[in-house]
Amino acid sequence: MANSDTYAGVSSPANGKVFEVETRVKSNTEVNGEYRLLILDAPQRVLDCQPGQFFHLLCPSTLENAPYLRRPMSIYGYYPEKGELHFLYKVTGEGTRALAELLPGDALNVLGPLGKGFSIAKDWRHLLLVARGVGLATLAPLAQEARRRGRKLTAICSARSPEVLMSVDLFRGMGAEVITVTDAEGSSGMENIEAIIQGRIDVGEVDALYTCGSNRMLRLLQKIGAEHGIPGEIALEQQMACGLGMCQCCVRSFRRNDQIVHERVCREGPVFDMQEAMAW
Amino acid sequence: MVDLTTRLGAMTLKNPIMPASGTFSEDLAGVIDFNTLGAHVTKTITYEKRGGNPTPRVCEVRGSMLNSIGIPSKGIDHFIQHVIPYYRQYDVPLVVSISAHNADDFARICQAISVPGVDAIEVNISCPNIEDDGKAFAMRPSTTQQVMTRLRGASDLPLWAKLSPNTGETIEVALAAQEAGADALVVSNTLLSMAIDIQSRKPKLGNLMGGLSGPSLKPIALRMAYQCSKAVDIPVIGCGGISTVEDVVEYLIAGASAVQIGTATFINPTAMPNIISGLEDYMIRHGIADLTELIGSVRDDDAADSVVFMETAP
Repeated sequence: MANSDTYAGVSSPANGKVFEVETRVKSNTEVNGEYRLLILDAPQRVLDCQPGQFFHLLCPSTLENAPYLRRPMSIYGYYPEKGELHFLYKVTGEGTRALAELLPGDALNVLGPLGKGFSIAKDWRHLLLVARGVGLATLAPLAQEARRRGRKLTAICSARSPEVLMSVDLFRGMGAEVITVTDAEGSSGMENIEAIIQGRIDVGEVDALYTCGSNRMLRLLQKIGAEHGIPGEIALEQQMACGLGMCQCCVRSFRRNDQIVHERVCREGPVFDMQEAMAW
Repeated sequence: MVDLTTRLGAMTLKNPIMPASGTFSEDLAGVIDFNTLGAHVTKTITYEKRGGNPTPRVCEVRGSMLNSIGIPSKGIDHFIQHVIPYYRQYDVPLVVSISAHNADDFARICQAISVPGVDAIEVNISCPNIEDDGKAFAMRPSTTQQVMTRLRGASDLPLWAKLSPNTGETIEVALAAQEAGADALVVSNTLLSMAIDIQSRKPKLGNLMGGLSGPSLKPIALRMAYQCSKAVDIPVIGCGGISTVEDVVEYLIAGASAVQIGTATFINPTAMPNIISGLEDYMIRHGIADLTELIGSVRDDDAADSVVFMETAP
């Protein structure tokens, strides 16, 4: 199916317009010892994205790696003015190993943009996000959107050591205030992060909380959010097959109105209400 | 001009390409035009609302995938109120896949789903029969015959029996389904499989085992479609590992009158419309005016019946 650029022109309710398109690799470089940045030359129609949405990538088959299913990946950046789509990824398995071999000029088939992104309510003036590792990739577009809408953003970035802290410059470039915490400096513990957030709440500077990925962070932010009545959102992951909502593979459990409900991460998510999310 | 229409008993489809149950839903309408398809086949529903299996529900193996979703269903009321009306906007036959864990419940949903807007019922008899010994109805001719007889009595709509590859009695099961009044056979469902993560030593699926689908299933399902079409007089709908136009042509030559495309849609959501236009191109290129020139045209004249109907390697 060497179909290079297909769109049947139908809108679906939750996802807006979804396209399967062939993009071109502009660059694919190492960011630090652990992460790589993939920059794609992408057509305009896939660049109408929301922060928190994802693409489903058809990773290439190579001699050593033959991923079969597509791989869902959060959008790290979308730049309609430059025609660029950015992904930040860590090489962990067959799909990302194959991605790492892509060279400038290579083709990459992508499906998206998919899923429901982060929301920023009208009265949320101060946004606070907490992220670690590749979770930063998912949250980075939120900084871009916050700046576009004139909101104040504080980003607490966590990492093993200062050397592998990522996206600090990107967040600062988007006008965010960045607070870094690391394992090496002993500042990344939950107690310290809680104290930092508490300090912000005390001066009235947290209207919404955002995070991605980590169980411990989810529990902490759920607790803080519940205590202070601060709304929040979390981006979640799950193994996927279709990415469109058809296969029912990527469900997770959520607590809603005293019931446990199952929702598809690809379709009802990947961004969910912080209090409804369940630790795993 | 080539003619892509195909006959399935009393039904005529505008082309032989339709989705396999479980790999298709309204969500795909955001990517492809549903009017291009030969039929719409919905994910299996049960009478009652039910949850699915524990996650992970999917994993990949080389060139294929395993799934164990577990038929999560919003129940028949939701389906009749919301799903059937949705598909009425398209000029394409709607085929509803149903299942149940015993013959009574199966007959109940079969009767209840026989409503305007539904053009045919695909009966997923590849699921476990809880009342018997937990083995799928379609594993044995006797249980196939029993449940199909009940289903036939419950509906006047065309009944398509979806067979299972998890049997040593493919032909006997196919004949039993025909005998009990099936209007067509869908051949086949997924093959029971397993994968284990060697690091954690845990099965890769939450439900331990699951169904294999994708290109590696194709030779098996193609063999079954061939055997079934040799054995029965009702139409056979091929299903299993189809991802290219050549795969479709191969199934048609083997005897299938139409095909279902499933896992390929997960890899390329545009697979079905691309294959439909590719099939048309193929027929033009090869001077084939009509699908009947392909269907069942396999050149097996020299093979003995004993070879055609064998179930194990010689």
